[in-house]
This record gives sequence, C-alpha cells and structure tokens, in this order.
Amino acid sequence: MSQINRISGGLIDRDKTLNFKFDGRVFEGHPGDTLASALLANGQRLVGRSFKYHRPRGIVTAGSEEPNALVQLRRGAHQEPNTRATETELFEGLEATSQNHRGSLKYDLMAVNDLLSPFLTAGFYYKTFMWPKGFWEKVYEPAIRASAGLGRLSGEPDPDTYDKGFLHCDILIIGGGAAGLSAALTAGRSGARVILAEENFRMGGRLIAETLELGGMSGTEWVTETLAELTAMTNLRFMPRTTVYGAFDHGIYGTLERMTDHLSSNEQKPRQVLWRIYSKRAILCAGATERLIAFGNNDRPGVMLAGATRAYVNRWAVTPGQRIAIFTNNNDGWRTATDLTEKGVEVTAVVDTRDGPARVTPSGASVVMGGRIIDTKGRHGIRSLTLSNGQTIPADCLAVSGGWNPNVHLTCHQGGRPVWRDDIAAFTPGDNLPVGMTVAGAANGSLGLAGALAEGGKAGNVATQDIGYSRSNYTAPKTEEEAVGISAFWYVKESRQRSWLDLQNDVTIKDVQLACQEGFSAVEHMKRYTTLGMATDQGKMANVPALAVLAECTNKSIPDTGTTVFRPPYSPVSIGAFAGRSRGNDFRPYRLTPSHDWAVEQSAVFVETGMWLRARWFPQPGETHWRQHVDREVLQTRKSVGVCDVTTLGKIDIQGRDAPAFLNSVYANAFGKLAVGKVRYGLMLREDGIAMDDGTTARLSEKRFVMTTTTANAVSVFRHLEFCRQCLWPGMDVHVISATEQFAQYSVAGPNSRRLLGRLVDPEFDISNEAFPFMACAEITVCGGTPARLFRISFSGELAYEIAVPTRYGDALIRVLIAAGEPFDVVPYGTEALSVMRIEKGHPAGGELNGQTTAHDLGMGRLLSKSTDYIGNTLRQRPGLNFEDRPTLMGFRPVDRSTNLTAGAHIIAKGKEATMENDEGWISSVASSPTLKYSIGLGFIKRGSRRLGDVIRVVNPLKGEDVEAEIVSPHFFDPDGERLRV
Amino acid sequence: MRNSGFKILTEALTGNKGWKANWRQPTPKSAYDVIIVGAGGHGLATAYYLAKEFDITNVAVLEKGWIGSGNVGRNTTIIRSNYMLPGNEPFYEWSMKLWEGLEQDLNYNVMVSQRGILNLFHNDPQRDTFIRRGNAMRLAGADAVLLDREDVQKMCPFFDFNSSRFPIKGGLLQPRGGTVRHDAVAWGYARKGDELGVDILQNCEVQSFMIEGGVCKGVETTKGSIKAKKVAVCVAGSSGRVMAMAGIRVPIESHVMQAFVSEALKPVIPGVVTFGAGHFYVSQSDKGGLVFGGDIDGYNSYAQRGNLPVVEDVCEGGMAIMPMIGRARILRMWGGTVDMSMDGSPFIDKTHIEGLYFNGGWCYGGFKATPASGWCYAHLLANEKPHEVASEFRLDRFSRGHIIDEKGMGAQPNLH
Repeated sequence: MSQINRISGGLIDRDKTLNFKFDGRVFEGHPGDTLASALLANGQRLVGRSFKYHRPRGIVTAGSEEPNALVQLRRGAHQEPNTRATETELFEGLEATSQNHRGSLKYDLMAVNDLLSPFLTAGFYYKTFMWPKGFWEKVYEPAIRASAGLGRLSGEPDPDTYDKGFLHCDILIIGGGAAGLSAALTAGRSGARVILAEENFRMGGRLIAETLELGGMSGTEWVTETLAELTAMTNLRFMPRTTVYGAFDHGIYGTLERMTDHLSSNEQKPRQVLWRIYSKRAILCAGATERLIAFGNNDRPGVMLAGATRAYVNRWAVTPGQRIAIFTNNNDGWRTATDLTEKGVEVTAVVDTRDGPARVTPSGASVVMGGRIIDTKGRHGIRSLTLSNGQTIPADCLAVSGGWNPNVHLTCHQGGRPVWRDDIAAFTPGDNLPVGMTVAGAANGSLGLAGALAEGGKAGNVATQDIGYSRSNYTAPKTEEEAVGISAFWYVKESRQRSWLDLQNDVTIKDVQLACQEGFSAVEHMKRYTTLGMATDQGKMANVPALAVLAECTNKSIPDTGTTVFRPPYSPVSIGAFAGRSRGNDFRPYRLTPSHDWAVEQSAVFVETGMWLRARWFPQPGETHWRQHVDREVLQTRKSVGVCDVTTLGKIDIQGRDAPAFLNSVYANAFGKLAVGKVRYGLMLREDGIAMDDGTTARLSEKRFVMTTTTANAVSVFRHLEFCRQCLWPGMDVHVISATEQFAQYSVAGPNSRRLLGRLVDPEFDISNEAFPFMACAEITVCGGTPARLFRISFSGELAYEIAVPTRYGDALIRVLIAAGEPFDVVPYGTEALSVMRIEKGHPAGGELNGQTTAHDLGMGRLLSKSTDYIGNTLRQRPGLNFEDRPTLMGFRPVDRSTNLTAGAHIIAKGKEATMENDEGWISSVASSPTLKYSIGLGFIKRGSRRLGDVIRVVNPLKGEDVEAEIVSPHFFDPDGERLRV
Repeated sequence: MRNSGFKILTEALTGNKGWKANWRQPTPKSAYDVIIVGAGGHGLATAYYLAKEFDITNVAVLEKGWIGSGNVGRNTTIIRSNYMLPGNEPFYEWSMKLWEGLEQDLNYNVMVSQRGILNLFHNDPQRDTFIRRGNAMRLAGADAVLLDREDVQKMCPFFDFNSSRFPIKGGLLQPRGGTVRHDAVAWGYARKGDELGVDILQNCEVQSFMIEGGVCKGVETTKGSIKAKKVAVCVAGSSGRVMAMAGIRVPIESHVMQAFVSEALKPVIPGVVTFGAGHFYVSQSDKGGLVFGGDIDGYNSYAQRGNLPVVEDVCEGGMAIMPMIGRARILRMWGGTVDMSMDGSPFIDKTHIEGLYFNGGWCYGGFKATPASGWCYAHLLANEKPHEVASEFRLDRFSRGHIIDEKGMGAQPNLH
C-alpha cells in the first residue's frame, strides 16, 4: 500500500521519498509531510487509543491542539512519549509506535474498559475502592496506575543536549500567519528590532492551508513574496519551529525553538533551545483553533476538524478519506466542501445545523439543512453516519466545524480573563493583557482574512510608534471577505450514544452533566471532577463546548460560567529544555581550591563541600581503610606538622573609619578594642538571638580588618554584612568585599609548624613566640618577596598558623610548604582529619552551629559582650532561649570504649523508655579519636553542664543501637590550650 | 447518601440518575455559632470535626470563590510526618494517623496512597541531620528507615549514580509517607460536613469583621452581614490581607510557590522523592503525570503565578538526579500563594480580639496537616484551649522565644 490518499498539489517535495515506520510497518512520504499527513496519505486512520476507555482514535487536527494522534517517537534512549504526529516533521528513517494499549493497537485488551463505562463515570473512583482498608495501595491503585498513563519513558538518561539563550527585541511577533506576517511587514519596515516566532516549520499559518486569494495571488504566493521582503531585513529574526509557550512578568516570553527534532540525527547539535525573549512590545497573532461538535460516537477515527481536512488537502496533498461528509454550524463547512470538490474528492453530504437555504452544493452530495448527526458506525474508523431524520450517509471521513476559538492563552498568563463574543460564539482577549501586549487577527476574534491582514499591519505600526519608531506604509492586499456566519451549536441532544467532549481523557456530555448533578457546577470543579481539559492538549478543543454544556446545566450564560485558568506552557515543553546544560557533572559549577591540582597529583580523595571540592584525605601506599589515612594525618600533625588547604573559609575584607564599630555591632563579643596585629575569635548571632556563624577577624591596620567565616556560611554572612551596612547603618563609613577567592590560605599546624614556616618566611619578619604570639597577625613576605598574610590561629589545638597568599601563588605555596616540611615529615591533611581534630578540641562546627542553638547552648555565654549592643542582643534574652532545660553542648564518650557513638543518635536517661517524652538531647558530631583511641562525640543535652560524669544512653533506633555513654567536657584534648601557646 | 461499590453498580444500571449533589447551596442564616472564613482543606476539615467531634453543627464555612480554590487545589499532594522538633512531630504524626483512616471516616476515596517518601542525602553532615530527624520520628512513634546508596539504587535505579555532581549517598525513607488526591480532600470534608448540617457558602467573600469593644461579633460579606459567636479565619496565602481587616498584623509573608505537572506517562517513579542538593521533589500521580516542584520564587506576592528562574532551577534539579525525565514534557505550571511564617511553623490560636481565631502560617507544607489542623482548630474553638499536639502553635511564641524552627533558617523576611 503506498500513499493511496495522496492527491495533486500541495507543499511537499515529491521528488524525494522518505521511508518511515509506524508500529513496525514501513511507509513512504515526502519532505514537507508531517507524520500525520504521511499516515493519512497511506490510509492509516487508526493511530492511537484514548486514555480511559482505550477507544480507537485517529487524527483529528493538523496542529498542536491534537488530542488523539500521540505516538512514541524514536527508539532506545531517544524514545519520546506522547509526541503529536500532527507536529512531527517527517524525516528519513522516522520510527513511531502507537501508545496506551495492551496487545496490538487494533486489538487492545484494555478496551474492556469501554464496555464497563457505565460504571466508570466521572469521579467513580471517589466513591469506591475503600474496602477493605489496606487494598488501595496493594490492589486497586496499582491496577489503576498500570492502566493509566500514555507513553513510556525509556528509563535511560536523555542523550540529547539542550541550550538556553536570551534574546532582546523591540517587538516580538507571535505567530507567522496572515496577521503575524503583516505585523512583521510594518514593524520590520520601521527599522525596529523584530522577532517573528512561528510554531510550525513553515511560515504562513492558514494562508498555506486555504485556497483564499489575496492581491490577485494565492495564499502561498503571497507568503513567498512577503517572506522575500522580510528575510532581506537585517533587523528581523525569523524563528520557525518556535513556540512562545508563556508570557511572564516584565515582557519576558518563554520560548522553545526546536533545532533538530526534524532530523534523523542531530549530529551532536542541541535538540532544542530554550530562549527567554525580553521584548518591549509583543503582538500576539496566534490564530484560532477549531472545535468539534459533540454527537454520538464523534470520536471514531475519520472524524476530523473541517479546517484540518482543508489543510491536509491543500497544504499536504492528502485526502483524509475517499468519501467525505461534512458537519458544520458555520460557513467553513461549505468552504471545505468547495475545496474538496475542486481537488476531485467525493463529498457525500453536507449537514448544516443551521436552517435556511443550502449554499453551492457539490454534485452528488446530499445536503441537510437543520441537520443533526446522532451516531457514527465503524469500529476502527467510521463507515457511515446516521442523522436524526433516520438518514444514513456513507463516509470514511467526517469533517466537522463547530466554530473557532481564538488562541487567547498568552493573553491570560498574567491573570487576564477572556471575554465572550456572541457573534463568533467564542472567547476573545480581555482588556487586562500582559503589559506591552497587543493582539491581532484571529487570536483577537477577527476570523476573516481581510481583518487579519489589516489588524496585523496596524498592530505592527502601533507597537513601533509606541516605542519611538516612525510609521511604515502598508496597504493590506485586497481579498474576498466572508462572514463566519456561525450559529452556536454545541452538541446533538438527540444522540443516545456517548458524545465526546475531551477526546483524550474520554469525557462525555453525560460526564459533565453528572458532575453538575453532583454539585460540581463551578467550572473548576467540573474540570477537576471530570478531568476535562487536563489532557496533553489542555482542552484546546474541548473546553468551550464543555462550558456550553455546563452553562446549560446551571442555567447560566457561558460568560457567567467562565473559563478555567490558562497556564503556561501553551503546548508542552520538555523538561530537558528547561534544565539546559545544568545536569550531570555540570549541574552546578565546581569550585576548586588553589591546591587542587597538587592534591590530584597526591591521589587525594575529594569531597563536595557546598560547591567546593576539598581533599578529604590523602591515601598512602599500603593503607586499605580510610581510618588509616585519617589517623595518620591526625597523629602526624599532632606529633610534628601538617598542612591543610583552608581557602574555602569565607574571607571578607572590611575597611573604613567605622569598621571597629561595625564589627562591634555584628559580632556578639566585643571587637572595638582589638589591637592592630591581633586576631580574635568572633561569634555572630542572627537578629533572633540564635548563633549564626563563627570565625576569626584580624586587624591589619586601624581601618582594615579581615574576617573569616565558616565555609558553609561564607555567602550568607557576606549578604548579612551587606544588609547591615546598607540598610541598618547606612551612615557608617564601612565597606565590605568578599575576598574568598582572592587568597589561597593554608593551615600549618603542629609542634613543628613554626620551624617549617621559618624556612620560607623572609628573614626580616620575626615569627618567634615572643614576637608573634598566639592570636597575632601580620602582613609579611615569603620566598623572597611574595606578599602574604600570617595569622597565628588554631582549629586543631596545636601550635598553628594560617598563611594566605594571592590565589595565583596558591599552587606554588603548597609545593613550597610541603618541600619545606620534608625534614619534619610533614603531612598534608584533609577535611576528615580537620574534623577529627576540631572535635577532639570541642570546637563547634556545622552540626553545632545548626541555626537552632544559642551562645549559651554552645557554652559561649561568657563571651557575650556586656558593654556593647549587637545584633541579636535583644531577642536572645527571650525566656524561651534561656530556660533551664535547654540542651547545652557537652562531650560524650562510650562507657565501653570499644563501642562507637553515632551522630544523630538521641539521648535517653538510663532505665527510661526511648520515647519523645524522655528525649534529652542528641549527638551532633562524632569522631574516632586516634589521639584518645576511642570514639568521642559532641552533643546537646538538657542541663548538660551540671551533669558532668553522669552516664546516659545514646540510642539510635534507626540502626538499633543503644550505647551507654559518659557526659564529659567537650574539650577532650588539651583543655587548657597549652599546646597553642608554645 | 452512602458511597459504595454496590451503589455504583445500581446507579450504573439505572442511568446514574440517583447521584445527589455533594453539598447544598444554602442561603446564609443571619447568625451561626461558628463562622469559618475560607473553605479550603483546613477550613472544611475544621467544620467537619466541629460537627463530628464536638457536636457544634450551627457552622458556616465562607468562601470567596469555589471550595478548594486555594492551596488545597494547587499543591503537590504530598503527605508525610518526617519532622524533628517536639513542637511539630506529634502533630504531623497524628495528622498522618488521621489520613490513614480518612476514607472510611468520610466515606469518600481521597486516595491516600502510602507509597513512601524518600529524602536523599549527598554528604555526611546531611546524613547526620537525617539520622537525628529519623530517630526523632521513631521516638515519637512514627516510621523511618535509613537507606544507604545500594538501598536507594534498588528502589530507584533510574537515579544518576554515575555522573552526578552531588553523588547520592543514601536517604531517609518514611514508608508511610505518600500522596493524596488533593481536590478530593476538600470535597470529602465538604460533603460530610454538609451532611452533618454545616452550611458551605461559596462566592461569599468576607469584606470586614464586626468588631465591637474588642469582641468579634460576625462578618460583613458579599452576601450580607452574618453574626457569629466565634469567627475562625483559615485563609492561608490571604492571611495577611484578611487579618489586616481586623487590624492584626500576623508574622507571615505571602510568597509564590510554583508547581508543575508533566504529560501522563506509564508508572516509573515509585513514591515521593526529594533531592538533597537542590530544590526538587517529585511524585507520579495515578493518572501518570510527574508532579513536581522546588523552591519558592523568592519575592513577596499575592499573584498565583511564578516566573522562569525558578522553573529552570527546579528542572535542573530534576535532571540532576533523574536524567531520564529530559524527554518528558511539562504540561502545566502554576503558582500558589504560601503563607510563610517567620520560623517556618504554623499558628492555631486565639487572637487578642475575643471571638476571633486564627489558623495559618503553614508555609509550603499545609496540605499534609489538613486533618490534624482541622481537628485541632475545632478543638480550640470548642474548648477554648489548644489541643495537646498543637500547643506550641501560638502567635506569641516569638515574643516568648519558643520558636519552632525545624530548618534552623531563622526569620528571613523577603528571603525565606
């Protein structure tokens, strides 16, 4: 069988033949075809199954409103479910399969649902499946889930790439039909920067689907001539295959350009590009969408919109049937008859719901004015239709026109509501459009060609003049104008068979009536109860007829019934496009420390710390367990010296006359009197009195400080400081800037740290204990003149320094430090050893500074300044943050030293049941201490400081652990800090 | 009228003519014992429990639009009780227990589907926090299971375990977590409340409160004045605006929260999954749509719509953990107005105006709380004192310092 329905003419390239497969069968088509037109050319009417009843369905439309002809396109990881055949350009080797059936498309076992339809009415599932109680998850729901859904994801990662981009223009024209092209002519001629976006792969809209003449030319000829002028303009960007899917705030339009979906293979080019278009003005020329009339079995393959029928005949040179009948409530039905006859296709009948005289009658066709179709016959495609007068008409295709709905979607994305127009029986844009938007042509309710041409040209001129361009000359070409002549007709009351409104979700007239009967008479209730309009087409065809049915049930008018809310996207957009390249390893950028390359050379194992990658440990040959790496790094640091990259800590440069006062106010402990050349530990509170962050701040000169923050809070502290400076105390002479990435900073820790540094610090700087004591800082030079900053501070509890150099010297410095440390057997240590040493010392970190603890909770109550006022000082005094029972930070060690503590375990008194009532606190951080040779933990326990020496239980129901532990000081190692000061 | 399989059979055979309206469309009485402002999930649940548990049936629920038109009709349908703090966990666990019997209680299938909720973690500190939370849940009698990477891989083989920027290290699973058919919750409570005598007044917008001498005596509405002994506000995203009519400034900001649904797909995602290194969570509806969301838009707004930066951020999170969804398409995106309180926890409390009560501040987590919120609000209205599981949800907790800050974020006006 090859292209039995192919007729003459059309915009296809007959010189080339394309082979494609549908459900495994090989077919032929031509460039210019869509999958839908090619299937129709080959006589394939049955293309899919409906969602609920698995009824046989065929192609209904020729565009993005298609509810039925959804296929699974391509294979393997490229498999793409729910793809509209009507929008899929044919390419060589295309493979498509039908969806949503068990067994074959023709003999779907799930079609049994259709026989059960009296039981499966709207909302039936809310009334049953409740007994026995546990059966919902086990029996009913799995069965429902298995039969629901349409296409299938491959389960494999999407192999394609997607790009994102930003475009800026004066005028965005949405839609490249008669109105859009006319708008482009005037806007383009003015010299404004114009973007013309068209969802189809070919510009022209209805002009290339109809046989209307304009200016003495055919529609296609006029489009060709217009495009010739437009493409010569350098200020105009053409975007075919581009859907403007949403109107967002500030004139921003969400746009999807399909770059390679029409190719057999994308050759590594992006599949789609997601553009954000920033426009000064937008002209919506999105046209209109035709709708069906509901009557018995109006869903059979072969029932098609009249406009789609004309499009297939005129544009694609395909007749959807050999004997076509027409059912209409407006003049479009007759235009269809004329077009078909001209192409030599047999028209068997024209059934017009309107009374009055027949128009030009195609020879051989029966004409029934005031006619009603009540039923169709034909299981896998219609064979005949029955009228209310008993007449039976043979037909293998029925072209239906129930009128046109202007595509008002984008006018409603910013809260706009459409208004009803009786003369065209449709909703048109309201007056509350998104800022900067105008509407022209069919989208504006001007359904005739002359109106579209005139309105489009005018809209282009108005928009450009609005933003300062001069008016362009434009005369709309002369064209024949025909009235729509619609007389609203929504459904055939005489039908006793089910009459379908939403073809994909299988919603009938009766379903809407039942919803109303059950009290779901608000339009949103009706939608949600029946699922009407919730399918992949979002009810583009179904919504308005359903509103008419609902309005009738409630004795209201259609405008009083109102519409549901139009939401983006206008047509579905792939999730991959929204994600763009931010996936896999590129989900977020990596921040690498200055010693990263060197650490890679040392075979370091890395860990994600926010966006940073930090060396976690440095394995040595012969070591088989991470504990061995960590223990060695800790012990060697404590014994001799270790080096750790601490660049990730936030560094904030603070300068100005009021810098001391500023610090006094942001830190909870006093800073005003910190001497130049000294460093101080600082604790920062949030306004609500909870500890926010801690770190050190060094005073480099009278007016200059350098603050360090924790790695995790580097950004939030900086933001906080900027807020304080700009909003709270704008009068202060103080400036802050983040310098985290400008300096490489290393911790050099251990008894030999001074000796190591002595080998690289330039000789004019004295770093002896006397000249450079604990908590000293200085700007120095190293390695013969390289500027550096030296801080004598310690997180490990050892004699320690942090040394900072401009980042470009960071790689060199780590190599110098390691070389200088060779005589002392220096070890590089990673974040894990860092963490073990800070837990041994009882320093709080992320687990303790978790945004829920106060200075008192952390055992730092004595630090709080009594003489100065600071952020958090007022609210920290609230009773709830000071009551006796608040858990406070303590140390914990297992009574049986061979057992381990787990962070996240809770604390329960001995002999009490493990319940929330008896919960006394939790373990926040643990380490296996190589120094103490047992497991230690920091944690919070009620009235902690008064319970030193008590034994409690550390319980972890998640892992079934229950360990007795002793409450001790959180400072496990060198509690008096003697090692720091040597 | 009782729903049952048998009723469906008999109705099917007689043309489905016997189904009655689920709720009446009454004209307002001149006075009620209790007026509830807002016929969302919480308001309708409150009315139902007032009638059923506390025998107070002279109740009206006033709704500006159609019932369920607020957040109960636009959330991502997730239920869970995976909270950590003692002020929260017993409340949410009790809510979970009410969900578990709700269908039988209401004789309405709201499709409580306990397919589990899995929170992924990607590093050790995150794991430790989850262990603390999981143990708090277990101590409170809820269920929680700690999964390692292999367990997660068995459950969700489609996650990116190879090229992930933030590798998945494991997860905290609450097997009893899951989803509920959100609209049906409003309808089920409305239907049963109506049956017990509650008047549901749609298209009846409150325009002001009748406050005389510090006592609230009723409301003025678009359908006239209605007196009441007690007026209970329950309006989520509109809390600020409605309470302002009573001269009360609540510690709440309204933000936009977006949500998304994909085209229908055959079942592929077992339960609810949340990403731990970005803002993304997802479940799959019974119809087959992937229902997902992420962070709030990050600016104050009453508009029920959002913008593209968050849409893209959410999808990036989705592709980061499950790159198979790239070829699925977003069918619809929408926004709701969430009532963000200053510590992330809600209020069920009296106000300083006698006879005026307030329920709000549910942030982006109000749906799962619906049954317990309704019950506790009803308890407060009936007994004049808080229910024991909601005893911390007080308006004065900020001045007292008894904040319930589950995430440790603190009050961040304009940011959250």
